Amino acid sequence: MQDLVPKEYKERNSLVINPVKTCQPIGAMYAALGVHGALPHSHGSQGCCSYHRMHLTKHFREPVVASSSSFTEGASVFGGRANLETALKNIFAVYDPQVVAINTTCLSETIGDDIGSIINGFDVPEGKTIIHASTPSYVGSHITGFSNMVKAMIKQLSEKNEEAKTNNKLNLIPGFVDPGDIREIKRILEAMDIDYILFPDQSDVLDTPLDGNYDMYPEGGVTIPELNDTGNSQATIALGEFASADSAFELEKKHDVKPYILKSPVGIKATDELLMQLMKLTGKEVPAKIEKERGQLVDIIADTHHQFHGKKVAVYGDPDIVISLTEFVLSLGMRPVHVLTGTPDNKFEETVTEMMSDADWEYNITAGGDLFQLHQWIKNDPVDLLLGNSYGKLVARQEDIPLVRVGFPILDRSVHSYLPTIGYKGAILLVEKISGALLDRKDRDTDFELTEFVL
Amino acid sequence: MQNSRNKALSEREDFIMTKGDKKENIKCDQQSLAGAVSQRACVYSGARVVLNPVKDAYHLVHGPIGCASYTWDIRGSLTSGADVFRSSFSTDLKEKDIVFGGETKLKLVIEELMEAEQYEPEVIFIYSTCVVGVIGDDLKAAARKAEKKYGIRVIPVESSGFAGTKSKGYKAACEALLTLMDDFKAENNGVESSKKAADNRNEIKKLSQQNEDYGELDTKEKIRLLQKKLSQINSLQTGKAIENFKNKKLKEQAEVSSYSKKINLLGDYNLAGEGWIIENYLNQVGIELVARFTGDSSIKDIRKAPTADLNIVQCAGSMKYLAKRMEKKFGIPFLEISFLGLQDSLDSLRQIAQHLGDQIIINNVEKLIARRLPDTEAKLRIYKNYLSGKKAAIYVGGAFKAISLVKQFNDLGIKTVMVGTQNGKESDYEKLRELTDPGTIILDDANPSELEVFMREKGADVLVGGVKDRALAYKMGIAFFDHNHERKDPLVGFEGVVNLAQELDLTINSPIWKTIRSGIDE
Repeated sequence: MQDLVPKEYKERNSLVINPVKTCQPIGAMYAALGVHGALPHSHGSQGCCSYHRMHLTKHFREPVVASSSSFTEGASVFGGRANLETALKNIFAVYDPQVVAINTTCLSETIGDDIGSIINGFDVPEGKTIIHASTPSYVGSHITGFSNMVKAMIKQLSEKNEEAKTNNKLNLIPGFVDPGDIREIKRILEAMDIDYILFPDQSDVLDTPLDGNYDMYPEGGVTIPELNDTGNSQATIALGEFASADSAFELEKKHDVKPYILKSPVGIKATDELLMQLMKLTGKEVPAKIEKERGQLVDIIADTHHQFHGKKVAVYGDPDIVISLTEFVLSLGMRPVHVLTGTPDNKFEETVTEMMSDADWEYNITAGGDLFQLHQWIKNDPVDLLLGNSYGKLVARQEDIPLVRVGFPILDRSVHSYLPTIGYKGAILLVEKISGALLDRKDRDTDFELTEFVL
Repeated sequence: MQNSRNKALSEREDFIMTKGDKKENIKCDQQSLAGAVSQRACVYSGARVVLNPVKDAYHLVHGPIGCASYTWDIRGSLTSGADVFRSSFSTDLKEKDIVFGGETKLKLVIEELMEAEQYEPEVIFIYSTCVVGVIGDDLKAAARKAEKKYGIRVIPVESSGFAGTKSKGYKAACEALLTLMDDFKAENNGVESSKKAADNRNEIKKLSQQNEDYGELDTKEKIRLLQKKLSQINSLQTGKAIENFKNKKLKEQAEVSSYSKKINLLGDYNLAGEGWIIENYLNQVGIELVARFTGDSSIKDIRKAPTADLNIVQCAGSMKYLAKRMEKKFGIPFLEISFLGLQDSLDSLRQIAQHLGDQIIINNVEKLIARRLPDTEAKLRIYKNYLSGKKAAIYVGGAFKAISLVKQFNDLGIKTVMVGTQNGKESDYEKLRELTDPGTIILDDANPSELEVFMREKGADVLVGGVKDRALAYKMGIAFFDHNHERKDPLVGFEGVVNLAQELDLTINSPIWKTIRSGIDE
């Protein structure tokens, strides 16, 4: 393998090498898949849609269906109105979804298609719904796109009943997480006997069982009546500031539903915070079985803490998960020395810097960075562990560092999307993975004479 | 649901036919309908998959980040040396670039790329994306300026996503490759000698094309005539050989002198090392491979490509265009071959040898076949026991893959019940109709619902397709065979046919398909 990454830093403000982000539309597509009976629709060239489907399919190992406006040169000159109108007609006639969730692309944004006005002029079939989000690929990242699509759901669908009565439910926005995480959040809410509206909900959409039948619109997903009802909820809990906060604020603005923005609940502290907030808002108790899981997690960390203490780690990926992972590895006694997200947003740097206030070691924090930068950091200050998506394999292989896969996308391992990273259960699984990776490395590097059964 | 499926089919009736029905033609080679859940990609995607394997070139994607992210190391082309092509370079266009134009940023990016110490780009390909096409950045001008400033080649690839189909992207990539080959002409040969060589090759081509006239002659007579023609061809080629020899650097002489003929391999992307397998056969029979297009190819090899005696084209869909252009420009004849499938591999080897007209090579090919065939056939016989009688559905991008798969399935006793492609042409579908049994569904640019309906209706045991279809097949409880970019085992030549059979057995006869319907329900 060629070593193309020099130790010495050179100023680089324009060129991106090996991105740690992708574009808005795929995030919007993923969010849209969390609406029941929805067909995501990409208003742009065919390639975009094809790439997003392929990428999501590779991460989830599930069928991902979405349609495209199939832009041609004509559409790019005269505008995409005709394409979108034809597309919508074809979609309702041919694929018969309950909901069409349209995202734009850099192409349709640049030629200036006004999706709202096109939809207004379109005769939507009885009982069907169209959601549309503006997701220009040249702004933000896939996380921005996810946020924009969820916000569109609220903006276009949430309602408040006239008597202004609460439905005694909590809105819960889980963020850009896997179906396994969503199942875990729902399990916690149900264990606490809390009524909720969770959106978007990709469980039972992208983790359906194999029974020999393919259903283009699986049973999962938040329903339109549920989204309508979000304006009547008692409060909104948004997990992950970058993926979920905007939608919670939109609900506040529109229907005065109070927003609570929490970190993505990865690790003990963030999960504690979620449970405390849930108790505070609903007056419900945390049941013994969840408390027991916390106790088990603490027990496990006590059993293994010596493996983690002082170990240097690099964390990279999407902002919400990276922030929480950083907090979690700090609580394990590890030293996050390089923390990086590709999503450009200064808030990320502020949040992580604050978390690191007690750190007595040198560290790097960047938003809007790339894997090349992370690799350079590591060359200058090597780490014991990499925490992030599959692309880190490039660095892991070249620098011979163990990699624990967390986040999106994971293209070279399976099962991850079924298991939680969040909650106490998720933290237990993370500890197992991190510990396993460090000990596998130790076993590999220990002389045979010194190899032990008990570690 | 059934209702919507029927509707789904009626809308696309013209794109689907059943072998044995009255319908004569299939509609194909069209843009997908707006709103279609198509498996197709864009112009950029076509350009990227064809050009990206050039391993020591810098592939810079000029556009918002997504286009670079989704195609990062997408092709799975193996390299024997440089691997800069496996990194993803992007101008990561932001809002202000869209408003004020992306050329300034492109200039800065090239500057940063050139000034980074570890990089010494000799060639940079700049890929145009949708938005760049709309805002109208002048890539040609930007490239020219950069070339002047840094003294390297900067070649724009006209691949705005919306401006046509994937095939147009293949062409854009081929044009970029031709631009690289122009350097050869300028550096080594000069226009005059290259024209002379082209004339020679055209003469050779004419002679070789008379091949079919020997119909009823007895074998001895055929050989005699053939030999006579070969000697004519050889004398024409001698002049060129000397010319080439002069141009060769000393260190290369030793290894090259053992090869009497030189060819380029077009339309192979060295997936799972397939190009290496083909090269190995060619070397064994005494043929030198000059350049590969584009699996495991280097800039240097591509620049030398005009010196070859023959181009062989594996994936015609992506590279026949380049072959035709090279024939016109450099007078290099081309042969469409296929190393997918046993019979096709044997035919291809023999065709190549015949075309080169070198008796030693012709003999070597027969020796190679004699060496490899018995063992391969023995292995295939074993797998045939496990596979005979199974039913396969095929949905792939390129028609040449579909055609070779149907042939191989016929050999293995597997019945093809459905076959479709994303980019097939009318002649491809005719060929497919010839090869399949009555009742086989043939379709163009299918969507998942159609695949599902026909696989169910025809009781397919396995789907052959790309990554997006894998999950669909599994969900239906049907085995899957990867015949796309992500395949991990080579499928060409003697090795490939055995791999194909082995992988088919592995997936079709996995116990998981039985498990689905056993257990708690019974």
